[in-house]
Amino acid sequence: MQLSREDLLEAYRRMRLIREFEDAVHEEFAAGNIPGFVHLYAGEEASAVGMCMHLDDRDRIASTHRGHGHCIAKGCDPRAMMLEIFGKREGLCAGKGGSMHIADLEKGMMGANGIVGGGPPLICGAALAAKTLGTGGVAVAFVGDGGSNQGTTLESYNLAKVWNLPAIFVIEDNGYAESTASSWSVGGSQTGRAAGFGMPGVEVDGFDFFAVWEAAREAVERAREGGGPSLLHVRLGRYYGHFEGDACTYRAPDEVERLKAEKDPLVLFRRRVGEAGLLEPTDLDAIDREAREQIARAVSDAKAAGYPTEADLLTDVYASY
Amino acid sequence: MPKKSFRQAVNEALRQEMERDPTVVVMGEDVAGGMGAPGEQDAWGGPLGVTKGLMPQFGRERVLDTPISESAFIGAAVGAAATGLRPVAELMFVDFMGVCFDQIFNQAAKFRYMFGGKATTPVVIRTMYGAGFRAASQHSQCLYNIFTHIPGLKVAIPSNAYEAKGLLIQAIRDDDPVMFFEHKAMYDEEAEVPDEPYAIPFGEANLVREGEDVTIVALGRMVNVARDAADRLEGEGISCTVVDLRTTSPLDRETVLETAAETGRVVVVDEAHPRCSVATDIAALIAQEAFESLEAPVRMVTAPHAPVPFSPALEDLYIPSADRIAEAVREVHGHGRR
Amino acid sequence: MSEGIEAVVMPKWGLAMQEGMLAAWLVEEGETVARGQEIAEIETSKIANVFESPAAGVLRRRVAREGETLPVGALLAVLAPASVHEEAIDRFVAEFEARFAEALAARKAEAAPEPATLEAGGRRIRYLEVGEGEGPPVLFLHGFGGDLTSWSLNQEALAGERRTLALDLPGHGGSDKRIARGDLEELAEAVAAFLDTLGLSRVHLVGHSLGGAVALRLALDRPGRVASLTLVAPAGFGEEIADAYLEGFLRERRARKLRPVLEMLVRDPTMIGREMVEEVLRYKRLDGVPEALAKIRESCFGGGRQRILLRDRLAELPMPVQVLWGREDRILPARQAEGLPEGVAVTILEECGHLAHMEKAEACNAALRRFLAGG
Repeated sequence: MQLSREDLLEAYRRMRLIREFEDAVHEEFAAGNIPGFVHLYAGEEASAVGMCMHLDDRDRIASTHRGHGHCIAKGCDPRAMMLEIFGKREGLCAGKGGSMHIADLEKGMMGANGIVGGGPPLICGAALAAKTLGTGGVAVAFVGDGGSNQGTTLESYNLAKVWNLPAIFVIEDNGYAESTASSWSVGGSQTGRAAGFGMPGVEVDGFDFFAVWEAAREAVERAREGGGPSLLHVRLGRYYGHFEGDACTYRAPDEVERLKAEKDPLVLFRRRVGEAGLLEPTDLDAIDREAREQIARAVSDAKAAGYPTEADLLTDVYASY
Repeated sequence: MPKKSFRQAVNEALRQEMERDPTVVVMGEDVAGGMGAPGEQDAWGGPLGVTKGLMPQFGRERVLDTPISESAFIGAAVGAAATGLRPVAELMFVDFMGVCFDQIFNQAAKFRYMFGGKATTPVVIRTMYGAGFRAASQHSQCLYNIFTHIPGLKVAIPSNAYEAKGLLIQAIRDDDPVMFFEHKAMYDEEAEVPDEPYAIPFGEANLVREGEDVTIVALGRMVNVARDAADRLEGEGISCTVVDLRTTSPLDRETVLETAAETGRVVVVDEAHPRCSVATDIAALIAQEAFESLEAPVRMVTAPHAPVPFSPALEDLYIPSADRIAEAVREVHGHGRR
Repeated sequence: MSEGIEAVVMPKWGLAMQEGMLAAWLVEEGETVARGQEIAEIETSKIANVFESPAAGVLRRRVAREGETLPVGALLAVLAPASVHEEAIDRFVAEFEARFAEALAARKAEAAPEPATLEAGGRRIRYLEVGEGEGPPVLFLHGFGGDLTSWSLNQEALAGERRTLALDLPGHGGSDKRIARGDLEELAEAVAAFLDTLGLSRVHLVGHSLGGAVALRLALDRPGRVASLTLVAPAGFGEEIADAYLEGFLRERRARKLRPVLEMLVRDPTMIGREMVEEVLRYKRLDGVPEALAKIRESCFGGGRQRILLRDRLAELPMPVQVLWGREDRILPARQAEGLPEGVAVTILEECGHLAHMEKAEACNAALRRFLAGG
């Protein structure tokens, strides 16, 4: 393992932030404080963080509607994110985007996307830009198992391959596309599809941060060195519904309980670093505490902050008109 | 002043902008041609030769042929625009918009707004439109009204070679996503086009002709047909103003309303289908904002509410003609008199 | 002209046709042809077609050979009664062809000359050269925002007797749009470089408005190169200038707003046509033009007044100098022509605005000819 102590703490911190963030949003949504739709990432943290630990400011990611985790993992400000989700003027997107369009291009986060399959073509573009401008950057599309069936995704595999783009497709397979099981909806296999397009594809245990990190390292290296696109089929599980308000009756009665008990990526991470003597539990407890406080502050700030006004309604439609 | 064809004018705009700015790249199906094939490279230069010569000059890193996968490469153009390039992508026929519309209207158009002003998407999508080629219903539509409808998009529709070069240069320099419409039947038409680069601002309609009796508002190829009708009507003692909209988004509302008010009699000429069109948009604008000045109802001369037919006999009936325009002008001119 | 002899000439099929090729004769010499009878096949670059006889008669001579290309109007054949002698036919053909040769030469001369470009002093300069004659050529320099077409009524008139050149100043017309400082020195340098490149050791300089100041600047710097100086409403003769004109010219992008600005240039506003307004608009859109004009304006006319004052140096000039000014000039007041040194010939043109060389072209051309006669 080539992760330094700082890296490990950082990885855990990001995952914990995501967990706290999503749990807080879940609570606030249930209390009726959040408008619109939200799709929560809790339980999937290892995927976003395992990949984003390899990325820097040169690199770009695009996400799905379930974008909070990728956003935090890429380094976006959780406080600004919370304000955005509450629809406040000082939000990450000035209150104009909300949960489904949460983005920060300055951090290379090209947005959560309200359109399933919206991300992969954009990532081909970001990869093309990186290649043309010689930045050395890579572009990562996070796609759900549902999005993996969308034409845009498959066309993007082909384009990334024939243009030899520094692109990585991370298929986050949590078993369900909305209420439909991926075991039914996905013809063939994700890695088989990658092979069909001539691109390397690997199976990854998405509950295990270290497994994701290792697979991501290889893919990112390949991309940076001009070796073209790769695919990661990351199996994981979401704790919450497709959207907040989803009764999840399509899941087995004890499915989520068992996920939380046996496959919590944060618990698994703790166990691994503990067993290997890399970090002390107290290190991680401190992070837990700080993260909880940070998110709690973000929530109270979000509640207190002001909404956009009518003057903001028509701004930023164009650069100039 | 040298005379150049519409095709040459578009080619020159692309070439000069690519020479000036290394982030401008061109992509599309067969924009060079011959990719991966054993024969001639730059075999096509686009289906009607508009982009010929660019790949030999700029290389395949800046002139990219694509597989036939609009949703991927139009989306890639959008993503590349948001991350540092200024792509000019070609949607070969606007009729193909169905397979990539999301990338245009949900992604490109909305980034700046959805992301709170923190995105710039300077993508240009060039596309062919219009009937007259006997290309039938899936290769002959106009559809610029659909893009005009979308906040966040700009739409430019040049009426001749001079306009084409200037509007395309403006489109490439513009920081917003622009749909650039080229009428497929106009590529050989010539006009005086300066050798030097120049930009025509968006949102400024052009008065092609000025008269006192009737105002004709037109766009694209119809500007020239309207002018022919106006020349003919001059001989009948009816003098017409002809307004070339140039861009439907942004729209030069001021010029439309000013010229409508001057004559009080307006004919709008639009090659597209009649429902929810640019014609109805202009007519509604005039009815709402220039009502007091109107002496006659606004008349629209458009294609019928039908797909574009194949047979030349039918297609020629389909496209608005100078005769039909002249008839409409006579009608509004005579309204309420005698 | 002989009784009954008729010329059959190359027809003009369509506006663009300049010449045709006689592909084949369909009748023999000595045959009687009826009006409308197909007598030849003619090919042009656009079409091939049968040619019908315009008249009835006996085809006495086939002048054009098969495969021969001839200009429109050239003699193809001769129709005449059998009684007419061969010598008469010969004479007819000779006379016709002589006349036709003259007419053809005249037709060619009418085709408008095109401007050319050259590299001078590191800049592209566009210029129009017309005419030939003895003595130093005439070089015309246009004013602010103009171009060589400004002199269209003057160049043509003088081209009959003199070699004339009109150029586009840097930042204008088809010349290089890059301007460093925009002062008179820079512009005069560019003109001098132009003269050097063409090997013109001495010219009669004619300048209008800003071009007049440039001409004066050049005459002061290089008096040996200038045979005479004709200044039409020149800049540099006083502080006053219609800043509103400059402001409007730079600012207005729409035809309806630009028109009243351009109308300030002339006494009779109807002189400003749609095409002129459109041409100015198109010029102003060219890359680099707004910047170039702004720099020149700032250098020469910054702050709403003329920063160039040259009238006091007129007395230094060894060559003949004349000044022409429209009485009703609204850009540069005609009173700036008063009080000039004695040797300077001054003509005030009545009922005339700033574009004296256009509004009173004949008078200006006459004044110019007088100077040319002197040199």
